[in-house]
Amino acid sequence: MSFRARHLLGIDHLKPDEITTLLDLAGDYVALNRRTVKHADALAGMTQINMFFENSTRTQASFELAGKRLGADVMNMAVAQSSVKKGETLIDTALTLNAMQPDLLVVRHPHSGAVNLLAEKVNCAVINAGDGRHEHPTQALLDALTIRRAKGRLHRLTIAICGDIAHSRVARSNLILLGKMENRIRLIGPATLMPAGVSEMGVELYEDMREGLRGADVVMMLRLQKERMDGGFIPSEREYFHRFGLDAEKLALAAPDAIVMHPGPMNRGVEIDGTIADDINRSVIQDQVEMGVAVRMAALDLLARNLRAERGRAAAGEPQWT
Amino acid sequence: MDLIFRNARLIDPEALTDAPGSLRVTRGLIAGRGASDEPAPEGATVIDCRGRALAPGLIDWGVKIGEPGERHKESFRSAGRAAAAGGVTTIVARPDTTPPIDTPEALEFVARRASDAPVNIRHMAALTKGREGHEMTEIGFLTDLGAVAFTDGVRVVRDARLMGRCMTYARGLGALIVGHPQEPSLSHGAAATSGKFASLYGIPSVSPVAEVMGLDRDLALVAMTRGRYHADQITVAASLPALARARDTGLDVTAGISIHHLTLNEFDVGDYRTFFRFTPPLRSEDDRQAMVQAVADGLIDVIASFHTPQDEESKRLPFEAAAPGAVGLQTLLPAALRLYHQGGLSLPQLFRAMALNPARRLGLPAGRLSDGAPADLILFDPDAPFVLDRFALLSKSKNTPFDGARMQGRVLGSWVAGHPVFGEHA
Repeated sequence: MSFRARHLLGIDHLKPDEITTLLDLAGDYVALNRRTVKHADALAGMTQINMFFENSTRTQASFELAGKRLGADVMNMAVAQSSVKKGETLIDTALTLNAMQPDLLVVRHPHSGAVNLLAEKVNCAVINAGDGRHEHPTQALLDALTIRRAKGRLHRLTIAICGDIAHSRVARSNLILLGKMENRIRLIGPATLMPAGVSEMGVELYEDMREGLRGADVVMMLRLQKERMDGGFIPSEREYFHRFGLDAEKLALAAPDAIVMHPGPMNRGVEIDGTIADDINRSVIQDQVEMGVAVRMAALDLLARNLRAERGRAAAGEPQWT
Repeated sequence: MDLIFRNARLIDPEALTDAPGSLRVTRGLIAGRGASDEPAPEGATVIDCRGRALAPGLIDWGVKIGEPGERHKESFRSAGRAAAAGGVTTIVARPDTTPPIDTPEALEFVARRASDAPVNIRHMAALTKGREGHEMTEIGFLTDLGAVAFTDGVRVVRDARLMGRCMTYARGLGALIVGHPQEPSLSHGAAATSGKFASLYGIPSVSPVAEVMGLDRDLALVAMTRGRYHADQITVAASLPALARARDTGLDVTAGISIHHLTLNEFDVGDYRTFFRFTPPLRSEDDRQAMVQAVADGLIDVIASFHTPQDEESKRLPFEAAAPGAVGLQTLLPAALRLYHQGGLSLPQLFRAMALNPARRLGLPAGRLSDGAPADLILFDPDAPFVLDRFALLSKSKNTPFDGARMQGRVLGSWVAGHPVFGEHA
């Protein structure tokens, strides 16, 4: 087994073999989660704190469930409503938490790079649950596991990512992960929602969705945020759906066995037609949610192992690596 | 029905030639040229041009029609009749109506109403909703419905970020954005160009620099986004270097000018004559001459009338309170012929700027005499003199600065897709 990271801050710092190790272990946890008795003891006695500086229901629930199924004591801190409002800085919040001796810290923050900053100030393992428009590594990993199980492999696939690429940390993490695993990546969306310089990242860009979907094995739709819908980046929901919404006619251009993915929550009729989202032969959207819990269990487990090993070496007086 | 124009003076803006010849028309399309005395094919209608000029019909880019909202000033029917009489065979209508043409539904309405006109009507759509500069319009839907360009008219989109996003979004659809180069915080409230005249008469004025600043901003955004851009009116010499530089660096940029800025100057306002109030205001004589040269050089691509009908009440006001703009569909050609008679521009050069270039920029098949182009043609006598009587104009509004002016150039006939719409053959 090879997984060397101390924190999971992004996909960028993972090697392909580390990704494979994590996905293999997550596969085992999928089996565990389908049993009636879902408990394991990989995190027994450890404390996991979920710190969400940005509101989240799905991701937070997924992390909470993952920690509890592995036997950790899990605490949720809705930081968005508390100390930040009172004026505490991010670093002070981190130091306060650190003094409570947690082992695993799951953090979501609206600012890119905030989780990296926090990781430098604490002694525990940190998982990035989404920072600004930077990275959302567990989402990319759960997407990878979903693809691997549906297509039987995670390489040499043509994967179309469609929608608001510019503001999406999901797109960024997926771009990095799927690129590392040697897939052909196409980005589809209006130019106003494409990040600058993306053409230099080894991807193909399409502003015509029909062209971009032609022959794709995987169609990954992104959520269009409400605040982007009116006039600033795109003219209207209806024009967006007309040009970039996934409907049966456009999907027919993809490979006959193409799967449809969406990180949720969906805007039916804006980026995806309801009947596509519900089509059990094409849509793997519910599988993504299931894989999410398993991937987060695997990530927590692997980080906990490295944390124990590190503390063991420290106790034995060996020189510490960081 | 086949047509042949014999014994014509053919004005070809593509080849920049002005030579005798004949022109055949089959099923509404131009079908070849021949010698002046080419024998007529069997059954063809023969039109003897008697040596008069035969040219592509004018394409007037930026015409305000009062529908919806101000039908008492101009309707599609009245504008269309004025256009046919003035040698304009395609009107490119402005979206600054009340309400503006900013939704597919509004565009469908004016497209239906436009069938009242005897000439071709194409439509521009608003660039932002309500022309308020906050949110972009549905450029995709509007393009699908035939909008040829997007503009907020003389209202500048102040928010540079939004303007940039509009250019980026439009680029993906191949849509053209028409800007009004002007720094609005400088030009707000101005009715004249700053200088000796405005100072003597006490008229609120704006420096020509406001146009340069507006153009510089727009061109910088074009460089950033690589969008397609047309400056509606470039009227001062100080704007020309930036325009030339943008062209040289390969930006997809064109520019236009109104016929009034090419034929009148600030002193024509005289004793506060409100029919001479324009946006932007009339410029100095030096600027006017520089603009004529820029058209001759091809740096300024398009001449248009910017036809803006205003009723008497909108003009019978103190100069700075009067509504800007003038009607121009029927005076575009004779005013432009002043430049020909003064020797500044040849007839092919004029028709390049008033027919070929707007057609090319807007993706229209007309504006040329080449085979396969629609037979949108005008026959005119460039020398025929007359004194303009504004009450003889066919527009509902009579606000022309050329009332009582001695002009030359009379349209003898206009054809749209081979059908006569004006003149003795109609």
